[in-house]
Amino acid sequence: MVKAVCTGCSLLCEDIDLTLKAGGVGEANNLCRKGFGHFSALFNERTIPRVDNQEASLDQAISEAAKILKNAKKPLLYGWSSSSQEAQKVGVDLARKLGAVIDDTTSFCQDVLMDLVLKGKIPTCTLDDVRNFADVMIFWGSDPTNSHPRHLSRFSYYPRGEKRQKGYEEERDSIAVDVRKSSTAKLCKYYFKVAPGGDADFINSVISVLDGKIPRVGDKKKMIELGTVLRKAEFGVIFPGLGLVSALQDQMGLLETLLAKLNSIKPYKVIPTSEHFNTRGFNQLLMSETGFINRVSFKGGVSSNPDLGIEGASRSCDAALIIGSDPLSELPFGVARRLAKMPLIAIDPRRSLTTDAARVVIPSAMYGLESGGSAIRTDGVKVSFSPAYPAEKPNDEEILKRIMEAV
Amino acid sequence: MSKDCAAMLQSGNNLFNERSPRFTKVPIRCQIMVSAMEIYQLLPKTNCKKCGIPTCMAFAVGLLRKEKKLEDCPILFEPKYEAKLKKLREILAPLESSSETGLVIHDEKCFGCGNCVVACPVNVANDPTGCALGHGPTSDKVILNVENGVVKCLNPKECRRFGPNKILCNACTVTCPSKAIEFV
Repeated sequence: MVKAVCTGCSLLCEDIDLTLKAGGVGEANNLCRKGFGHFSALFNERTIPRVDNQEASLDQAISEAAKILKNAKKPLLYGWSSSSQEAQKVGVDLARKLGAVIDDTTSFCQDVLMDLVLKGKIPTCTLDDVRNFADVMIFWGSDPTNSHPRHLSRFSYYPRGEKRQKGYEEERDSIAVDVRKSSTAKLCKYYFKVAPGGDADFINSVISVLDGKIPRVGDKKKMIELGTVLRKAEFGVIFPGLGLVSALQDQMGLLETLLAKLNSIKPYKVIPTSEHFNTRGFNQLLMSETGFINRVSFKGGVSSNPDLGIEGASRSCDAALIIGSDPLSELPFGVARRLAKMPLIAIDPRRSLTTDAARVVIPSAMYGLESGGSAIRTDGVKVSFSPAYPAEKPNDEEILKRIMEAV
Repeated sequence: MSKDCAAMLQSGNNLFNERSPRFTKVPIRCQIMVSAMEIYQLLPKTNCKKCGIPTCMAFAVGLLRKEKKLEDCPILFEPKYEAKLKKLREILAPLESSSETGLVIHDEKCFGCGNCVVACPVNVANDPTGCALGHGPTSDKVILNVENGVVKCLNPKECRRFGPNKILCNACTVTCPSKAIEFV
């Protein structure tokens, strides 16, 4: 058995033991089904170097990729969420050298929340603090049981911690706020159903309850009970998900108001639940390099505006390098179609819709299993990992360095 | 394949018309646990006491707990109960895989979240620096462990439900989000 770090989601579980057999993962301990699927899927449909749908050598693919980027007037470098910190650093340097637009998967996802967290506008803490001290946790528009299967068992609800020795039944209260009774909501002690888009009203109700007023929305008795639980907490944590971010959109100020209100009573923190394993890492890196978390253009100095997100960039850019992401499967059809029409360079260990539509495909090693590096967990903790079974394939960092030399 | 996908995107056709292996639906087989009442409905309901138990209902509970076998009921093997016996054998088949404590794990429903591993009080007591803190088990004495993405029962004898003086603990079943763990 070899120790490995799972790169299936942003929890970066470090206690994985696994063996490989011919054509798949042999035995794997402590790996959830999502992680097991993530590692097992590597053994079918691996990418091979391709140029214009023809098999090519790695050198040919890299030189063709460099040619496409060099000839483009406004290249786009997109993805990054499933690449290591080192590869992302090279990626930012490449964007700077090309004067390109660089964007990551959060521009269509949780960037407003990540912006608030990284700029310190709302308080945050680590997941280890949650395990050791937290007694009230709110899963708001998120369903970590499905998206991050080991979230509740490793950190947020079931484990015993320094100040939470008696277990979840006695010492922790969990609250789910969602449009449907998700798998997480089924496990929580309190569940509040909100109408789609009704999160802003719900926040106003919570604020009125905390002020001692009668809430306008929701079951009054239940809301007053919620107010009591929130007031009694010693250390509270909110895990907002895409549900909350999509519902609030430009009203994120309300979340700040709620956090300020809660923190005037008891300490409350926020930990975003980002999807890919190094989503937060890219936002943090770009923030330290440019002051913006995404949607950055290096053409004629550093600038950022909403049009530089993937939606706008897919209109204005004329070539794209896609790395550590599968936008053609994940993004809305209009954006996917615009991307598919431009010359694409896809760097991915596995076959995806993006690699199918790409003009140049460069295979890379999978992080965690075949390649080492470092990544930032969803709560901002840096996790370094070495490859469990080193492969001869180059990783994202080496590929990008070679493209940079050729550009 | 790649040409098709790119052409589809460019022409605007529905992507999911392409029946590539990635989009093929895999049917999920789920075993459904039986109740004592369902078993009772298929028994002769004569309360003849030939099995050594006062009532057929008690015999049904005995079957469910694996304390009794279908062969203990001689009336059930008469020709007129043939269909019911066949049905009984069918619905009791999942019990064959249950452990001594009556634990049944439905592999196809489990997604390996490990809630049961961390919540199990015996796991916590036997592995205070591993399971108790949310990490993977570090002790050989744990009852539950996640292997290949699915929970496995390793030491049923350590379970609180084992033996005659059992405690009806349900820490692993209430924490399961997909109801993949059941006790018979």
